[in-house]
Amino acid sequence: MKDRTVSRLVRRVLRHKGWLALALLASLFSNLLAIAGPFVIGLGIDHIIEAGAVEFDILAKILLLLACMYLVGGIFGYFLGLLSGLITNRVITDLRREAFEHLMKMPLSYYDGHSHGDIINRLTNDVDTVSDGLLQFLKELISGVVTVAGAIAFMMFLSPLISLIVILITPVCFVISGAISKKTRYFFRQQSVLTGQLNGYSEEVLRNQRTVIAFGGQQSCRQTFDARNAELYTVGQKAQFFSSLVNPSTRLLNYVIYALLGIFGGLACLAGVGLTVGNISSFITYSTQFAQPINNITSVTTQISAAKASARRIFELLDLSPEPADPADAAVLSDPDGRVRFEHVCFSYRKDQPLITDFSLNVEPGTRVAIVGPTGAGKTTLVNLLMRFYEIDSGKILVSGQPASGITRGSLRRSFGMVLQETWLKTGTIRENIAYGKPDATEEEIVAAARQAGAWGFISRLSKGLDAEISESAENLSQGQRQLLTIARAMISLPPMLILDEATSNVDTRTELKIQTAFLKMMEGRTSFVIAHRLSTIREADVILVLDRGNVVEQGRHEKLLQKGGLYARLYRAQFSG
Amino acid sequence: MLKPLFPYLKSYKKQLILGPFFKLIEAVFELCLPMVMAELIDRGVKAGNGDLVVRYGLVILGLAVLGACSAYVCQYYASIASQGFGTRLRSSLFEKMGQFSFAELDRFGTETLVNRLTNDVNQLQQAVAMIIRLVIRAPFLCLGGLVMALIINPLLSLVLFVAVPVLAAALYLIMKKTAPLFGRQQKKLDRLALDVKENLAGSRVIRAFDKQAEQEAEFAEDNAAFYRAAMRIQKISSLLNPATLLIINLAMVAILWFGGVQVNAGSMTQGEVVAYINYATIISSAMIVLSNLVVLFTKAWASAGRVTEILQTRPSVADDPGAIPLPPPSEAPAVRFEQVSFAFSEDGQNVLEGLDFEVGKGQKFGIIGPTGSGKSTLINLLCRFYDVGAGSVSVNGSDVRKVRQTSLLKGVGLVPQKISLLSGTVRSNLALGLSDPKDEKLWKALDIAQCGFVREKEGLETEVRQNGANFSGGQKQRLTIARALAKDPEILIFDDSLSALDSLTCANLLRALKEAFPDLTLFLVSQRVSTVQDCDQILVLDNGRPAGLGRHEELLNSCALYREIYQSQVQS
Repeated sequence: MKDRTVSRLVRRVLRHKGWLALALLASLFSNLLAIAGPFVIGLGIDHIIEAGAVEFDILAKILLLLACMYLVGGIFGYFLGLLSGLITNRVITDLRREAFEHLMKMPLSYYDGHSHGDIINRLTNDVDTVSDGLLQFLKELISGVVTVAGAIAFMMFLSPLISLIVILITPVCFVISGAISKKTRYFFRQQSVLTGQLNGYSEEVLRNQRTVIAFGGQQSCRQTFDARNAELYTVGQKAQFFSSLVNPSTRLLNYVIYALLGIFGGLACLAGVGLTVGNISSFITYSTQFAQPINNITSVTTQISAAKASARRIFELLDLSPEPADPADAAVLSDPDGRVRFEHVCFSYRKDQPLITDFSLNVEPGTRVAIVGPTGAGKTTLVNLLMRFYEIDSGKILVSGQPASGITRGSLRRSFGMVLQETWLKTGTIRENIAYGKPDATEEEIVAAARQAGAWGFISRLSKGLDAEISESAENLSQGQRQLLTIARAMISLPPMLILDEATSNVDTRTELKIQTAFLKMMEGRTSFVIAHRLSTIREADVILVLDRGNVVEQGRHEKLLQKGGLYARLYRAQFSG
Repeated sequence: MLKPLFPYLKSYKKQLILGPFFKLIEAVFELCLPMVMAELIDRGVKAGNGDLVVRYGLVILGLAVLGACSAYVCQYYASIASQGFGTRLRSSLFEKMGQFSFAELDRFGTETLVNRLTNDVNQLQQAVAMIIRLVIRAPFLCLGGLVMALIINPLLSLVLFVAVPVLAAALYLIMKKTAPLFGRQQKKLDRLALDVKENLAGSRVIRAFDKQAEQEAEFAEDNAAFYRAAMRIQKISSLLNPATLLIINLAMVAILWFGGVQVNAGSMTQGEVVAYINYATIISSAMIVLSNLVVLFTKAWASAGRVTEILQTRPSVADDPGAIPLPPPSEAPAVRFEQVSFAFSEDGQNVLEGLDFEVGKGQKFGIIGPTGSGKSTLINLLCRFYDVGAGSVSVNGSDVRKVRQTSLLKGVGLVPQKISLLSGTVRSNLALGLSDPKDEKLWKALDIAQCGFVREKEGLETEVRQNGANFSGGQKQRLTIARALAKDPEILIFDDSLSALDSLTCANLLRALKEAFPDLTLFLVSQRVSTVQDCDQILVLDNGRPAGLGRHEELLNSCALYREIYQSQVQS
């Protein structure tokens, strides 16, 4: 597949046409003035021929002009720099935002299956690398275009013949740097892949460092790290070496031109074709100026190749197919009555391993459904499907009589209140977290929710109360306290349907009892799905679903299932005998 | 601050000396070129000698080729030394981070550590390459250019002696303005990284609350803040090039004028003026390179600080010089806490206080208490993840502070509350830290831990994704249990880690455990009475203080808190 990284990046730059035009304009002025400089200096030199023959009045005028030119050129130069920075930063800001928005549209299977460290890397370091490369490239390119064109014009004006030498030799630069950068690109790509892997690995190990310590696994982790590190060295060293060849090579060509100019310019002078020493001086400067942008671009090839490799990784992310958007005619679920119906639902995470096959269930409004079963029986999967975190392979899920696939995901999910086993909280205050599902909640509502969840006790003991900040890893809160906050978060909005996934496993039993009461109140009149390993929690359920290997093997009320003496009965007995 | 970094450069002495040396050769040649050109003009062109013109031209060509070859050699050495330096430094940092105990991990946090290991090392690596390539070359070109200019015409050099300090002052001012802004920009970038991380971790909850749009808006805001910070820097740093160019160019104007005066007086030739201007150009471009170097080094300096901080951090828990291996089980109690108290920081409140108990070999010891009562902290002290503040913890009769850490942890199997699995295979997870992981041993552990599902997959080679994402909660938990069993521990600790298991699995597991390891000393940390009620001893913790110690029946009579917990659970 053809690599379209560059053209995609260019298209993003072209979105800022207005600014680009201004930048080109600034570049035009600043560079033309800069190019005219050596010509004017050459004029000046020609008026300093020898002792006693210096024409000071003309020299003074020339120099005054020169000073003015440089001053104005400098001002435009500043604008050029500013504008390239502006364009780069806008491109980058957009890129990062789009990448993030794309990330938010990815199906959950992507989050579950990819290294978080790697994703974070793409959105931060990679974007940064693109930014560095792009800025350099833009600056050099914009001023390069003008400089090269201007320098050629001036040289042609001075002497078409000698200009040819410069113009003919310069393409060699491109050929050489092209050959080198081809080699470089390969190593850079390798390097960027290996760096990503190494970073991902370090992130994972360091995040799990406590476990690694507990098992004395530092040595083996270090061996893996060192092996990958050594691999990175081999590739990194080559990438760096080859990319650093470009700069001296172009410098060499510069000096070759310099020598040829001396020889041919000198000879031309001698031949009396009207070339002056001042002209040669200007020529030399022009040949440098002419090569400068090329030289500059090649000297930042390292950055540019790195930027390209990074851009590719970002585009890779942008190219992943997101969760299909809600169809245009998707209904907004308003006022759901709490009816939920599974019809012949099939689902598996991996094509070759069927999990849920032909699952049907009818849940009337206000029913309390308890889902039990041995670990790995597919209880969490059921929740994933209900919330459309994963899409079913075949069959139908009906909510309030409407097929879930025809309802907007947002409205579907909003109509479920959910307390998960994982206790994720947002960075921010406790207040913000409790009011997460209801940002306009009043103080009273927040306090009431906290009370109902049994979280008010510890919140009121915090010095800042509701306004206490929850740190990223929330080391300041225990798992149990975090769990209480997630319960309060669900308590505040109370949608018509509830999903409770082992919600109380992180809470001590005294607190749990309080929550239990609140839960019961919360579940009143609401359709609720409760996953819990503790049978005591679900004894009061209207329907108990006993799952095993993705299928409902038993279904009914507590007493009935006990009499049946099946899997449920065995699970129940284990609870009280062990 | 840089001193701790020097050892990593040591093995690259040759490259560090020869690299700049070859670069110097290139610079010397480069400096010669304008001189030769001046000769070409004055002796060749002006004197009408075509032969000399060609000869000087060829000399220039030859110098250019030799210069380029020297540059290639230098680049080669630079790539070896800088990448080698980076690789060694990374390896050392990773090793050092592996020696950190919990206190250091708490203090730094994962994010920072990863950043230092990756970005900061990269910065330093680049700086090393730049040192080799440019640190000699740029100042040398600057000084050399000045010297050559002096040789050509001392009087005219006064212009340069005025211009160079002005230039330096301008550069300094711009740097000084931007340096603090870079720090602020970095903070905004960290913030963005944190945003992404948080959204990755909270993907389910965010979707459940249909909050994607708001999260996007929040990110866009932080992103915009980053944009503003970047533009603030841009506004100042864009001054850098135009300002330096302006100063240089104005110096040129002055050179031309005063050069004219000198030529008029007969103390200088036209060719010398051309050469002089050439040197002035070399000096100025070298100055610009120097200014860019300064930017790079300010960044590298900050990175060096962060890296050396890690290298110089002394792990708060480390082996004594005379540390002994964990003594074999004897008459002494398997675990003994003597008047132990502990605080996370020296001036902080004690989170544990007055712990005093003995656990005999093969006993089953329960620890129960409300959330936040210090149960996990107690376990962390037993494993010596932290050192006690006062009192002592001993295992098999030896104070844990006198025992080699690796040896202690070999004897203690921990199933932590928070599930953590590393990506790799079931084997690589189970064999973590084992010297000779035999298959049968691993299978035995898996069987006891009720990990039958591993057999249904690809056995020991079953892939484990990051965080064990391809397993259910209960499966992950059982894998962590198998991991703790695989090392044949003398003491096994379940730190509230049976909760993700359903009761049937849990009961089977404990039964299998009893059969396979009859002598195992077992610690059961839980919030549930049913988990600990048949323990030989139960410690009731309340707010870090012992509230009761004894058997189930005794505690029901004597310990109010225990009774309360029990009643709350029986009722449900």
